[in-house]
Amino acid sequence: MNKILDIVTSKNLTYEQKVVALAHAAENSLEVLSIPERTHHYMDTGAICDLDEGHAPYRPRYIMPDYEKAVKNGCEFLQMEAPKDLDEVLQYLTILYRHVPSITSYPVYLGNIDKLIEPFLNGVTDEEAEKKLKLFLIYLDRTITDGFCHANLGPEETRAGRLILKLEKELQNAVPNLTLKYDKDITPDSYAELALYTSLYCANPAICNHKMHKNTYGDYGISSCYNILPIGGGSYTLARIVLPRLAAEAKGREQFLTELLPDCLSCMGDYMNERIRFLVEESNFFETSFLSTEGLISRDKFLAMFGVVGLAECTNMLMGDPQKTYGHNEEADDLAEQIMQVIADYARSAKAVYSEVFDNHFALHAQVGIDSDHGITSGVRIPVGMEPELMYDHLRHSARFHKFFPTGCADIFSFDPTGRNNPAAMLDIVKGAFSLGDKYISFYASDSDLVRITGYLVKRSEMEKYYEGEAVLQNTVHLGGDNYRNAHLENRKVRGLQ
Amino acid sequence: MKAAINKMIPLSVVDGPGCRTAVFVQGCNIACAYCHNPETQRLCNGCGICVSQCPAGALSLSGKNVIWDEAVCTQCDNCIRVCPNYASPKVRWMEALDVWEQISKNIPFIQGITVSGGECGLYPEFITELFTLAGNAGLSCFLDSNGCVDFTKHPELMVVTDKVMLDVKAWDSQVFHRLTGKDNSVVKKNLNYLAKVGKLYEVRLVCLDGESSSGPSEDKEVDMEEVIRGVAAEVNPYLEDFKLKLITFRNYGVRGKMENRKSPTQNQMEKLKELAVQCGFKEIQIV
Repeated sequence: MNKILDIVTSKNLTYEQKVVALAHAAENSLEVLSIPERTHHYMDTGAICDLDEGHAPYRPRYIMPDYEKAVKNGCEFLQMEAPKDLDEVLQYLTILYRHVPSITSYPVYLGNIDKLIEPFLNGVTDEEAEKKLKLFLIYLDRTITDGFCHANLGPEETRAGRLILKLEKELQNAVPNLTLKYDKDITPDSYAELALYTSLYCANPAICNHKMHKNTYGDYGISSCYNILPIGGGSYTLARIVLPRLAAEAKGREQFLTELLPDCLSCMGDYMNERIRFLVEESNFFETSFLSTEGLISRDKFLAMFGVVGLAECTNMLMGDPQKTYGHNEEADDLAEQIMQVIADYARSAKAVYSEVFDNHFALHAQVGIDSDHGITSGVRIPVGMEPELMYDHLRHSARFHKFFPTGCADIFSFDPTGRNNPAAMLDIVKGAFSLGDKYISFYASDSDLVRITGYLVKRSEMEKYYEGEAVLQNTVHLGGDNYRNAHLENRKVRGLQ
Repeated sequence: MKAAINKMIPLSVVDGPGCRTAVFVQGCNIACAYCHNPETQRLCNGCGICVSQCPAGALSLSGKNVIWDEAVCTQCDNCIRVCPNYASPKVRWMEALDVWEQISKNIPFIQGITVSGGECGLYPEFITELFTLAGNAGLSCFLDSNGCVDFTKHPELMVVTDKVMLDVKAWDSQVFHRLTGKDNSVVKKNLNYLAKVGKLYEVRLVCLDGESSSGPSEDKEVDMEEVIRGVAAEVNPYLEDFKLKLITFRNYGVRGKMENRKSPTQNQMEKLKELAVQCGFKEIQIV
């Protein structure tokens, strides 16, 4: 019980953070999942990591409610009628968000907020709208104290979107993360440039390749750290295979590719199916949640994200030659592609239970890492500090590996502040990258207070407080603060200078 | 056709619209007192002073030629600092086709290329060849020029040049001469010509603070208000067609009498911008 007492008496957790931690501890006192010996082995080595999701899943990891439907129909459970004006829709959404669970206990997806709000701007002046939206955004940032929360914009230009971008630049909020769905045939250059310009002040929004995602499941949204998921559904779970930890027990390349990796993949898939089974068949979530009973989510639109992390280090270990490294050497990149192909083959053939929306298969996801990762690079990224000299080479490399991941794969670039004078240049880079198959790009300015950690945003000034042992509002400051130090993110190559 | 290439920047966000590859040629026909890359002004004369002072041992002398070993070079730029001739040993004579081959690798990330310097106008045939290749590949082709080479005398180059970014360093010809060592009548001729044919992208003014360490008599060295009024009057019908860029003087890289000169304040820059607005300029940027 010492762990519980530690939570209760902690000095750097807020009351709210303690409540969540205590709930997690209670859940972990249960053992309801059947986990075979072999899987336990991979969990002990850390090759399979369940991201500390908890021992008894009682809500899906990521929930993507159909907010448009909610706004249109009202909500019986929450005793709210469909909103009729701007004040009503903003209040409606803030109330609804409060009741959307997730693995973090906070909503990870707030919808296409520009489109949700746009119809209610008729007859409202910019000045009036700005005041109301500002209060709305501040409320979200201060009450959803978790950086994994995400809202979407675009691909169409909207007045609401422009106002939100303007306000975000001014407010410097870490929550919500914003992503612009970008399609060069839909999104006007001037709007995309405004988004990129804004990102060099407040690290928001990131830019998603709409053309590459729009047909994955039909209507999609982006939640948390670049999770591309079906609207009205989401992801039951996200486990990840930590490739370098698996490679540590390999007896050579061949054995890794043909025996060890397939065995571990199969154990992880089975484990994920066991989590889904408990959640769907025993937890009663879908039977009881108003989101489900009122049709804002539907069980058959959920899938399971199969996470991959540390491809760079795994490749380098199996190459065993410091002169031939991932991102810099053709032979190493070919091996990396071979590894990914084995994983993709597994995902394409193995059966994921209750995953109709993804053809009953697991959906690969480039997992971005967690705070306790040391020497393990996000997904298929090139390690920080080892980036290719030229940004174009970096992006070409990314395109080669992004293709494996339907549920999200992204790169983060620290960009020189001079880019603020020429956002069209950043848009050229985005257009080029997206034409080659890059799926997702985000920028922040090398001098900005807000920095993107692995996918979420944290303020450098808040991390400093955390390092000093102070309690801070957002729990992601803890994760970000540790990750920033452990992954040496200060060494991220600054782009835009050559 | 070959040109002396000082360097190429594959990803530039400061040399024209969008993302561009910038090519810097070596050699200039003027010598501005505030030049911030004076090492591009002249061609190496093979004096060899830099060779013994290269800490990486990347330089050697072969007859009257300094040989640069790029693989050994650490880019510390000591050679540039010790060069008494305002030159650089890290310059390559390159064929337009070879330069193009390197640039073409940057597609699809760039919307165009910009040739800067030094003075691009010293290599009209080389640039004509390079721009023809780049234009055929769908890239926009820009020149960044001090305006001291008469563009009307290079019609082939103008055909393949989309736009020019033109420096106007001073309006009064004596002031211009004191600052650069040359006459500015050609600059004004180019300003007129480029505006008329619609090839002027931006006019750039390097703004000094109006205070000089050597005393108030030099205040009139460059009168920025005069330059702004002069340009506005000269090409008045075209003021909506190009951008006015007000560049805050910074002493980074400057050698000689202006190396300790202060930058103008943001307030001074804003006042110049106000004047430019009054004069009818539409798009004005302070950098």
